[in-house]
Amino acid sequence: MKRLEKKLWLWLFVMAVLSPLGIILPEKFGAEGAWGEWGVDALEKLLGYVPVCLKKTVDIWAAPIRNYNFGGEGAILSTRIVSYIVSAFIGIVLACIIILIISRLLFKHEK
Amino acid sequence: MHIPDGYLSPQTYIPLYGASIAVWGIALKKIKEELSAKHVPYLAMAAAFSFLVQMFNIPVPGGTTGHAVGAGIIALLLGPWTAVIAVSVVLIIQAFVFGDGGITAIGANCFNMAIVMPFVAYWTFNLIKGFSQNRVRILVAAFLSGYVGLAAAAFCAAFMFGIQPVIASGPDGMPLYAPYPLSIAIPAMAIEHLFLFSIVEGVMTVALLKYFLKNESTLIYAMREASREEA
Repeated sequence: MKRLEKKLWLWLFVMAVLSPLGIILPEKFGAEGAWGEWGVDALEKLLGYVPVCLKKTVDIWAAPIRNYNFGGEGAILSTRIVSYIVSAFIGIVLACIIILIISRLLFKHEK
Repeated sequence: MHIPDGYLSPQTYIPLYGASIAVWGIALKKIKEELSAKHVPYLAMAAAFSFLVQMFNIPVPGGTTGHAVGAGIIALLLGPWTAVIAVSVVLIIQAFVFGDGGITAIGANCFNMAIVMPFVAYWTFNLIKGFSQNRVRILVAAFLSGYVGLAAAAFCAAFMFGIQPVIASGPDGMPLYAPYPLSIAIPAMAIEHLFLFSIVEGVMTVALLKYFLKNESTLIYAMREASREEA
């Protein structure tokens, strides 16, 4: 591996370890979540009702690691921080695997 | 900006799936022409970087959160077609594994963040940079490329949210999917992006372009010979 590549992977590793800043800072500043990404309860509070079809499809998929969190909704901060870092590494590994598979198919005639 | 399941009507998300799949097809062909096996580690790094940078939620104090996407700098370094695939891979992982963005909305989210964003960023960079080799101008072009790219993606997402009450309401006039009209969705998404998240994306794009100009300037796709520019 070239020196620059090694260095870049190291930076990505550092980013993964620092990623919990992305949950700690919003909590410190009382920021709720992204606009337009409310759950059913939050919508009920905002609107006083939940749009009919939205309610039917909002939980269509049960993601294995919902919200980058292994501890479920009431999890304490430390659990969420550890989950977040683990999620970051899972994300890196999955992204690399998929890119390698695609590249294999694209560049199969090159050595 | 990850539209969840239930917010878009099928008449919105199905055509957007079609559009994204068509662009993926073209992108894979273009990558095969433009890149080679030696670029593969950088492709993997680009996807990993976009995944990570999206984890850094930036708070609007007392309000919402948002984040950079990295599609602009990937488009400058490896080309817009590569950015399409790298960021799409990330968005698909986020939807399936982490429930970040809906399964039904994968086409829509890829359209906004993995297609509109890298191309707008790339075009903005070329437009501002022109044929100039002036360092300041290149860095200004890089800032605006990230800034305008993310803002364009946010605008498209806001547009998708905002048309739902018009195209998908019940017989009683109540919205069936995303409830807020354009007059609320566009300003809400525009303000937070124009004044905060897009600035972060722009600064990040400049910082990374500077790093690559210093360390591996031959890699930078957007700085190769002018014949590349019609991409």
